Amino acid sequence: MARSLSVNLSWLRGHPSRPAQFDSNERTLISPLELRSPAKRAAYWLVFGTLVALTMTTLFPIYWMYSGALKDTGELIRMPPTLVPTEAHWENYLKAWDNLNYTRYFANTLILAFGALVIQLVVSTSAAFSLSKLKPAGGKVVLFLFLSTLMVPSMAYLIPAYLTVVSLPIANIPLIDTWWGVWLPGAASAFNIFVLKSFFDEIPQDLIDAANIDGAGAVRILTQIMIPLSRPVLAVVSIFTLIGAWKDFFWPFLVLSKVELQPIMVALWRLSARMQEPMNLIIAGLAIASTPPIILFLIFQKQIIRGITLTGLKG
Amino acid sequence: MNTPPALAAPRARLRLLASLRRNAVGYLFLLPALLAFATFSWYPIVRGFIISFQKYDLVKGAEWVGWSNFEFVFNDPLMPIAWRNTLQFTMLALLIGYLMPVMLAILVNEMKRGKSYFRLAYYLPVILPPMVSVLLWKWFYDMDTGLFNAILQAIGLPTQRWLFDRNLVMLCLVVLSTWANAGGTMLLYLAALQGVPSHLYEAAEIDGASLWRRLWHITLPQIRGVMLILLVLQIIGTMQLFTEPFVMTDGGPANATLSVVMLLYRYGFRFYNFGAAAALGLILFFVLVAFSILYMWLTRRISQSL
Repeated sequence: MARSLSVNLSWLRGHPSRPAQFDSNERTLISPLELRSPAKRAAYWLVFGTLVALTMTTLFPIYWMYSGALKDTGELIRMPPTLVPTEAHWENYLKAWDNLNYTRYFANTLILAFGALVIQLVVSTSAAFSLSKLKPAGGKVVLFLFLSTLMVPSMAYLIPAYLTVVSLPIANIPLIDTWWGVWLPGAASAFNIFVLKSFFDEIPQDLIDAANIDGAGAVRILTQIMIPLSRPVLAVVSIFTLIGAWKDFFWPFLVLSKVELQPIMVALWRLSARMQEPMNLIIAGLAIASTPPIILFLIFQKQIIRGITLTGLKG
Repeated sequence: MNTPPALAAPRARLRLLASLRRNAVGYLFLLPALLAFATFSWYPIVRGFIISFQKYDLVKGAEWVGWSNFEFVFNDPLMPIAWRNTLQFTMLALLIGYLMPVMLAILVNEMKRGKSYFRLAYYLPVILPPMVSVLLWKWFYDMDTGLFNAILQAIGLPTQRWLFDRNLVMLCLVVLSTWANAGGTMLLYLAALQGVPSHLYEAAEIDGASLWRRLWHITLPQIRGVMLILLVLQIIGTMQLFTEPFVMTDGGPANATLSVVMLLYRYGFRFYNFGAAAALGLILFFVLVAFSILYMWLTRRISQSL
C-alpha cells in the first residue's frame, strides 16, 4: 500500500522550469534507433493503427448515445439501424429536458454537488492544515484512524451508515429526505484529507513560523498563506468532488426517497425503469446527464489526468 | 540549563500553557472532521458488529438475538448463489479486464504520436456517470433495438438474447464494467511506466537484450508493485458489485446475476431485515479483509525473494 499512498504533488506548484514528468519524451521500451528498420516501422504503424481502431470501442458507444438521441422513434428501432440520423431531431434534447423534468433534477444535482464541495473543502482543508502544520498531540493516531476507513469496504457498513442517517446518534435528528443526509456523510473523506495533507507538508514550516512570530493566528495562516499557496491542489480536489457528486447514485437513492429532492442519476433510474417515456427521450436524457462531467473533464483534462496518475485515484 | 529555580517554574508553566494552546487550536481545526468521521464512519463501522447480533426494527428499536441473523443468512438458499455469482463476476472481470489495461498502457507508452489522444479516448467512458453507462449498455443489449443484435444481424449471425440468457448475462455485465473502468486503470499504468528509469533500458540494450527480454525483465518487474495493488483493488471493487445488476437485470434471469451486495440490499431495504443485512455486510467485510491480508503477505514474500 505504501507505494500507492506516496504522492508526488510537486507538479501542482507549477514550476515553469521543471518540465512535467508526465509529458517527458524519455526513451521507453523501444529505442528510436530500433524503429529505423522498415519491418519494425511497419510493426509500429500496425500497432498504432490497432490502437486507433481500439479507441472506436470507447468512442463509438458515446457517439451512439448522442446520435441516437437525435433520431425519431421510428428510426431508433429500425433494423438495421442508421449510422447517421437521417434527420437530426435536435428538439429531442429540449423535449427530453421538459418531459423528464430535468430543470428540477439538474438543480437538485447542482445543489448536492456544490454543497458537497463547500462542506468537504472546509472540513478536509482545516483537518489537513491541523495535521500538517499545527501538529497537535495524537495527530498521527487521528490520521491513522482517518486513513483506516479507506480499508473498510463501504458496502460492508451500508446498513449502520443508513441507520445513522435515519436518526443521528445522540441528537436524534432524522436526515432522510434532506440534503444534509447526502452532504454530511461525504464530509468524512479520508482521501481528501490525505491528498491535502501531502500537499501542505511540502509548504515550508519556516513560512508558518515567520507568520507566527509576526503575530498571525492559525486562521490567518490558513486563509492567507496555506490556501493561496495550495490553489492547484484545491482545484483538483474540487473537480474530483464535483464530478464524484454528479455521478453518485446509490447513496442519494437510499437517502432521498422524495421525487422532488432526487438528483439526476436517481431520476434517470426511476424514469427508465418506469418505461413510460419514449426511448429516444430517455437516451437524450442520458446524453444530457453525461455532458457536464464530459465538459468539466475536457476543460480540466490536464489537471484531472495528472491528479489521477499522481494520487492513484480513478475518477 | 542553569536557570535559577525561581525562574524555571513560570517558564515551565508558560511552556505548558503554550503547548496546551497549540493542541487546543489544533483540535479545534480537526473538530469538524472528527465529528464527521465519528458519526458517519467510525460509529457505523462499530455499530455494524452490534446490529449483526440484533433484531433491528425502525420503530421498536433493537433486541439482542445472538447468532440467529447469521443462521438466517447461512440458511438462505440465495446465499451460495449470490457468492457464486459474485465470484464468477470477479473472476471473469480479472480474466477479461485485468491484463488488458497493462498491455494497452505499454503499447500507448511506445507511441511517438497521439499519446494524449489515446489517453483521452480510452479514459472517456470512465467520465460517464455509472448510471448512464449501465443504462446505455442496457439499450445496446436490447434484443430488438440493441446495437449488438443489429451488428450480428448485419454480418449474418444469429441474434442473441443477451441479458435474458442465463449463460450470457454475466459476461454482458463484465464487458460493460470493463468498458466503463479499464481507462482509469490504464492511466495509472501509464504513470507507472513513465517512472521506469530509461538507463535500465539503455543498459539492457547494450547487453543485447531483445525487445521481449526487456519487456519481461525490466518493464514488467518495474510496474509489478502497481500491478499487484490494482489487482487487489479490482478484486475488492468487483466483489462489491451492485449498480450493474441492480439496474440492468435486477438480479435475473433466475437469480443468475444476484450479487452479494444486492442480496444485502434486499435484506435491508425490501424485507427491512437490518440485522441479516448487517450480518451479511460483516461476512463480506471479513472476506475482503482476508483478501487484503493475503495480498500483503504476497507482496512481502515477493519483495523478500528479490
